[in-house]
Amino acid sequence: MPVLCSSCSEKRAVLKRPKTGHSLCKECFFGAFEEEVHQTIVAAKLFKPGETVGVAASGGKDSTVLAHVMKLLNERHGYGLRLMLISVDEGITGYRDDSLETVKRNQQQYELPLKIVSYEELYGWTMDAIVRQVGLKNNCTFCGVFRRQALDRGAIMLKVDKICTGHNADDVAETVLMNVLRGDIARLRRCTAISTASEGDGVVPRCKPLKYAYEKEIVLYAYFKKLDYFSTECIYSPNAYRGHARTFLKDLESIRPSSIMDVIHSGENLSVREGVKMPVQGTCSRCGYISSQALCKSCVLLEGLNRGLPKLGIGKHHRLHEKILSQQPLTESEQRKLKSVDF
Amino acid sequence: MLMRESGCLGQECWSREVLAGWYVPRTELGYPRCRTSSYTLYLPSSLITICMLFNLVLQSILFLPPQGVSQKAHKKLRFVPGIVYIDEGGAVGQCKEIRQKTTSELCEMFRSTGFPFYILPLEQVLDLPGSVVVAPSSLSDQPTSAYKAAVDLFLQSGGGTDVITQEQEGVSLPDVQDSQTQLLQQLMDSAKTLTAKQDLLSTLRQHLLVHTARTKGYSKLMLGDSCTRLAVKLLTSISLGRGAQLAEDTGFSDCRYGDVVAVRPMREYSAKEIAYYNRMFKVPSVVIPSLDTKTPDKASIQRLTESFVTKLQADFPSTVSTIYRTGEKLQTACRSSSAEDTDRCLLCMCSLDTVVEEASALQATLISEQLSQTKAPLITGQNSVEPEPSAAVGRCCSAEGPCEGTQVAAGCCSSPKEHEAAELRSLLCYSCQRTVRDMVSGRAAAVTRMKLRSQREKIIKNSSTTLISKLGF
Repeated sequence: MPVLCSSCSEKRAVLKRPKTGHSLCKECFFGAFEEEVHQTIVAAKLFKPGETVGVAASGGKDSTVLAHVMKLLNERHGYGLRLMLISVDEGITGYRDDSLETVKRNQQQYELPLKIVSYEELYGWTMDAIVRQVGLKNNCTFCGVFRRQALDRGAIMLKVDKICTGHNADDVAETVLMNVLRGDIARLRRCTAISTASEGDGVVPRCKPLKYAYEKEIVLYAYFKKLDYFSTECIYSPNAYRGHARTFLKDLESIRPSSIMDVIHSGENLSVREGVKMPVQGTCSRCGYISSQALCKSCVLLEGLNRGLPKLGIGKHHRLHEKILSQQPLTESEQRKLKSVDF
Repeated sequence: MLMRESGCLGQECWSREVLAGWYVPRTELGYPRCRTSSYTLYLPSSLITICMLFNLVLQSILFLPPQGVSQKAHKKLRFVPGIVYIDEGGAVGQCKEIRQKTTSELCEMFRSTGFPFYILPLEQVLDLPGSVVVAPSSLSDQPTSAYKAAVDLFLQSGGGTDVITQEQEGVSLPDVQDSQTQLLQQLMDSAKTLTAKQDLLSTLRQHLLVHTARTKGYSKLMLGDSCTRLAVKLLTSISLGRGAQLAEDTGFSDCRYGDVVAVRPMREYSAKEIAYYNRMFKVPSVVIPSLDTKTPDKASIQRLTESFVTKLQADFPSTVSTIYRTGEKLQTACRSSSAEDTDRCLLCMCSLDTVVEEASALQATLISEQLSQTKAPLITGQNSVEPEPSAAVGRCCSAEGPCEGTQVAAGCCSSPKEHEAAELRSLLCYSCQRTVRDMVSGRAAAVTRMKLRSQREKIIKNSSTTLISKLGF
């Protein structure tokens, strides 16, 4: 006997929701999914009427669903938002160029303005060139750090008030686990926040409207809605350590599907003991971006690339920041340590 | 012996180091310096129960205090320990013979320590009064001067040795009735998943331990958690949604029971160190199977986390210590440190974490549930969903319009059973709600009844007796 939708009790169910265990038909699923994102936006007061919101678009499933849902909800509930797409071109041949084509098609489909900022124009380096220098280890550090700043720069160019990103529940839960495993208490505290409340020049507030949406449901939503998205893994191998956290989370989900929400619930309810030292947020003395050190991470990484010492930004070399700022040459032993490892 | 990065140690030096390490928490806590509120944790001559868990490596906890208490050790531990062992054979499904064999082995072992000991079958938890879960909320506020007075008293009484000899006699192996074992088995079987089973077992164990400590007059419970175990526990807690209770679950001292404080003095040692210590100094041990013994990795969340941490530790040797140190930096996230009794979870006794902001994982799940159910009112228009005041209770009413506030009124919920379940849920923390959800519905009559009994006490306290008369208990 076919399983009937637990909401309308008429149509056949097409999926079982991992979050609650209910079976839903296609229409009820769409309704529920969209309503949930709406509830998240309303409850967390993510936007104000009249704001310009940049949707970070990579062409992948999460950002495609985000762009689709944001446009839909904006019209349905009259948020009064001006939406735009912002994309970052990391310069990865065979991956990003293809996915950007998807974003461009999305732009047509959703009739939203699109801005693409590229690593090449911002930093003078494409990811291809970076990987050529640093190899396939730690390359994700460069990409991640640069992308964060690139999005902000793009947002400023477009003069948007907020950026929303396609981070889903799985991503947030994974980050909670990662930060516990790495002992990063400052990030552990921040990572479950649905929006950043950062005030500072060059930093645009961000939010995650899909924070409570399961990755599985996002994929199904994109699939059933026949959305045009790009589904290839990055050709430069994914971060190995994060992979452990990811595998663990997926295993948890397979044992108890509500685990992902449980981990987020845990993360939201953690509180840090008084007196634990926290990094103080300042600004980078070179580019003015937020940084807890004298130099921001992307400036250090960039300096390393330009000096031919890619490991400068990997690990902790705060002592060298002074030297970099005053343009002093590094000693030979310091240089040797920071050269890329030859295989 | 190569134990740490710091270098090699000879057997004797190492032994000294381990023992010295044991004093760290003691000094940390023996003086007013380290206090959780305004009382000193270890008062000399206070009675301390050491609970034996099933893990063999943790048994050295037993053999450190004797060395500490013995006159020869150059620093003397100033408390009188007693040993509690809880025989979980009934829950794990061991036959009577094996249980008896294990307990008699343990009996021998405990006798050799010279401390008073209690061997209790887990079945006793079924007969516990509901008051176990109602913590006396006021902690004994001992002024710091009491510490000095207690030291004097302790020294005068000759180190408390006579207490030991006195209590030695009163120990016997209590008989377990088959019907009780069956009842316990039923209770365990009502949990559909191993995750829930393990959670339930640890709750039951905890209740019995606290009850024992209380009735035998012990003020502290010493648990044998090593730092490896705590790292696993921490990650498990996060995975089970116990983020708010993390500090209590894994911290050095755990004050959730009010009058009985649980401490974890072994938490500075890794499981490996303890294993080496036991082997080197021939600490006798007994291996006792647990619920997840010989199960695959994915059998339960607890089991999965354990294998995840140990595997990661093999590749990245700092894993355990990093996780453990992350936990150090956390504290209990209760809104007020002196949470009222009613704000505590009925099962785990931690303060409730279910009163949350509008934008939270719990609310999001509740909305999802509401939207996925039959006749769910699809709300359109902005701001029309009201935050449900008491998450679980309010939910069942929402479908049929407002009923008497958040109070569950007859006729609103489809059946009294559901009604009861909602009522129970409102008294549990997030994670325990998940555990209860994994139990057979109509379920665990025993647990429900046991809990409801104490719930009734709670409610009487709150003088909202109308609810009980409606419930008809």
